[in-house]
Amino acid sequence: MLIQVRNLAKNFVNGEITTKVLNGVSFDIDNGEFLAIMGPSGSGKSTLMHILGLLDRASHGKYYLEGKDVTKLNDDELADLRNRKIGFVFQSFNLLPRTTVLENVILPLTYSKHRANPSPRARKVLESVGLGHRLNFYTNQISGGEKQRVAIARALVNDPAVIFADEPTGNLDSKSGIQIMEILQKLNSDGHTIVLVTHETYTSEHAKRIIKIKDGSVEEDYQVKSRRIARDGAMLK
Amino acid sequence: MLDFYKQGIKISTRALLTNKGRSFLTMLGIIIGVAAVIIIMAVGAGAQSLIINQVKSLGTDIVGVLPGASEEEGPPASVMGIVITTLTYEDALALSDKRNAPNVLEMVAYYKGMGTVSWGANSYDTNLSGSTSGYLIVENGDIEEGRFFTKEEETNLAKVAVLGSAAKKELFGESDPIGQKIKIKKQNFEVIGVMKERGTVAFQNNDDQVFLPLKTMQKLIAGVNHVSMMRLKIDNQANAARAMEDIKLTLRERHEIKDQSGANDDFTVTSSAQALDMITIITDALKFFLAAMAALSLLVGGIGIMNIMLVSVTERTREIGLRKAVGANGKSIMTQFLLEAITITLSGGVIGIVIGALISVLIAVGARVLNYDWDLVVSPFSIGLALAVSVAVGLIFGLYPASKASKLQPIEALRHE
Repeated sequence: MLIQVRNLAKNFVNGEITTKVLNGVSFDIDNGEFLAIMGPSGSGKSTLMHILGLLDRASHGKYYLEGKDVTKLNDDELADLRNRKIGFVFQSFNLLPRTTVLENVILPLTYSKHRANPSPRARKVLESVGLGHRLNFYTNQISGGEKQRVAIARALVNDPAVIFADEPTGNLDSKSGIQIMEILQKLNSDGHTIVLVTHETYTSEHAKRIIKIKDGSVEEDYQVKSRRIARDGAMLK
Repeated sequence: MLDFYKQGIKISTRALLTNKGRSFLTMLGIIIGVAAVIIIMAVGAGAQSLIINQVKSLGTDIVGVLPGASEEEGPPASVMGIVITTLTYEDALALSDKRNAPNVLEMVAYYKGMGTVSWGANSYDTNLSGSTSGYLIVENGDIEEGRFFTKEEETNLAKVAVLGSAAKKELFGESDPIGQKIKIKKQNFEVIGVMKERGTVAFQNNDDQVFLPLKTMQKLIAGVNHVSMMRLKIDNQANAARAMEDIKLTLRERHEIKDQSGANDDFTVTSSAQALDMITIITDALKFFLAAMAALSLLVGGIGIMNIMLVSVTERTREIGLRKAVGANGKSIMTQFLLEAITITLSGGVIGIVIGALISVLIAVGARVLNYDWDLVVSPFSIGLALAVSVAVGLIFGLYPASKASKLQPIEALRHE
C-alpha cells in the first residue's frame, strides 16, 4: 500500500479560535491509482493534499507513506522524502523566474543526494512531455500550457512514488487543460500514481477514483464508472 | 556538492544582474568602505615612509641636546617655544672634549632667530642661524663657494656670514656675493661663503638661512648668553647610548646636579634613532586608527546588505517555498542566501580594491610630481584583509536573512502572495 491515512485531523489555531479543517479522515491509496480529491472551496481538500504531500503536518491521526509513519519525521527528513517520493504540480505553476526550462526541471535533482548526470535525465523527461524544443527558453518566454508541462516534467524528474496535482488546469485555457489531463492520464497508464485535487466534477471524472470531501470529512469514495479520456493528440506520439 | 555551489553562484549572479541598479547601490557601501581602507593603508604607509626617510636623513648617528627637562611622555618645553637658558656655549665645548665624551666626533651648537638681511636696496626676511664651525660635519652641509667660518671666528665676534642658497638668490640674484657686505641689525657682515642647495631635510628648509658665528649671533644680534640646541655626531650609531650617558653625566657635573636619576635635569638628550622609534609607533597607530574608521563604513555597508537581503527573502518567499517543496532542506536554502550575500560583498570588495588601488597610485604619482620621496605601498596584506573582510561582512550580515529564509515553512511560503 502506497498511502494509508487513519483519522487524520487538522486544526488551525488563530488566537483563541480553533478552526477544524479536517476531522478524522481515513482512506488508502494503492500504487498505480489515479485518484481525484474533490470538493468545494473551503472543504479541506487542499489542506488534505498538503498533508499528503508532506508540505504540512496533521494535528492528529496517522499517515503511513510506503508503510512508514511520517508524522514523527523532522523537517529535513520530510524535505528528503518530498525530494525522492513526491512530485508536485501547482495551479500557478511555481516555476523559477529568470531561469530556463531545463534548469527548472533540474532543480529537484540539485537537492538530491544520489544522482548522476542531471541534465540528460531532465532532457529526457522534457521530451516526454513534448518540450524538447523549449529546453533553453526562459520561463517567461513560454505559454501557460507549456509552463504547466514544465512543472509536470519537474515533478517527474526524480521518478517519484506519487504525483500531486493541485488544480493543474485552473489557470489554463480549455485546450491547454485537455493537454495537461492527457499527459496525466498517460503517466498513470505508464504506472505512475496520480492524486488530482479539483473542485470541478468535469475534471475529476478524468480520474479512476474520486474521494469527495465536505466540511473536513470524506463524504463519498467511489470508482468512476464512465471515465473521461482527454485526447488532444498534439504532442504525445 | 560542487555543482550545488556552482548553481548557487550562477543563480545569485543572475539575481544580482536583473536588479543592476539595486545591486550596485547595495554594493556601494562595501565598495566605498574597502576602497577607503585600501587608500588609507597605502597613503598611511607612503606618508610614514616619507616621514621616516626625513628623520633618517638627519642621520641616525646624531644626538641632540635641548635645554630644559623633558616632560613626562613629551618633548621638553623648549620645543613649544618657551625660552630656557640653561645651556651655554661652554657646555657645548665641554661635550666636545674627548675626556668627557669620547664617542662624540663633532659638535654644533645653535642659537636661532629671525631677522631682516639687506644688501644695497635688497632686503630679505630669513632665518638667522648662529652656529659653530662643526656645522658642516654634523649636518652634512656642503659649501658651494667661499668657505664656512673657522673655530676662531666662532668666538671672536667676527662679522662674517655664510648664505644659504635661497637667501643668496633673494639678496644677490646672479651676482657674486663673496666679499660683499650685508646688513643685519644695522651692522655690516662680510659674506664669506654660500651653501650648496639642500632642500628640505626633516621638515626644515636649510636653504632659507643665513649662518653667523654663534658668539656673534648671541652678543651682537640677540643679546643672549645661552644656546637653543646642540647636536653631536657620534662615531658609531652603536655607541649612541653610551655617548648619551656621557653627555648627561658631563652636563649634570657642570650644572651641579647631584641627582643622577635624571629627575632634576635641566636639559634633555635625544637621539634620532629614538625619535625614529617613536615616530614609527605614532604613525602606525594613526594609520590603523584611520583604517579602523574606514572599516566603520564597511559596517554600515553590511547593514545595507542585510536590509536588501531581507527584502529579497520576502520577495522570493514563493521561490523558497517551491524549493522546499521539491526537496530543499533548511541548510540548502541557508547556503543559497549566504552565497548571494557573499557574492554581493565580494564583488563590492573586488571593485573597491581596484578603485582604492587606482586612487593610491594617483596619489603616489601626484606626490612624486611634487617631489616628495613617496613610496607606493598597496600591500598584499591590505588586499587580503579587504577580501577577507568583504566575505566576513557577507557572512555576518547575510546570516540573519538566510536563517529567516531557511526557517520558512514550505506551505506558508507557497501560499505567500
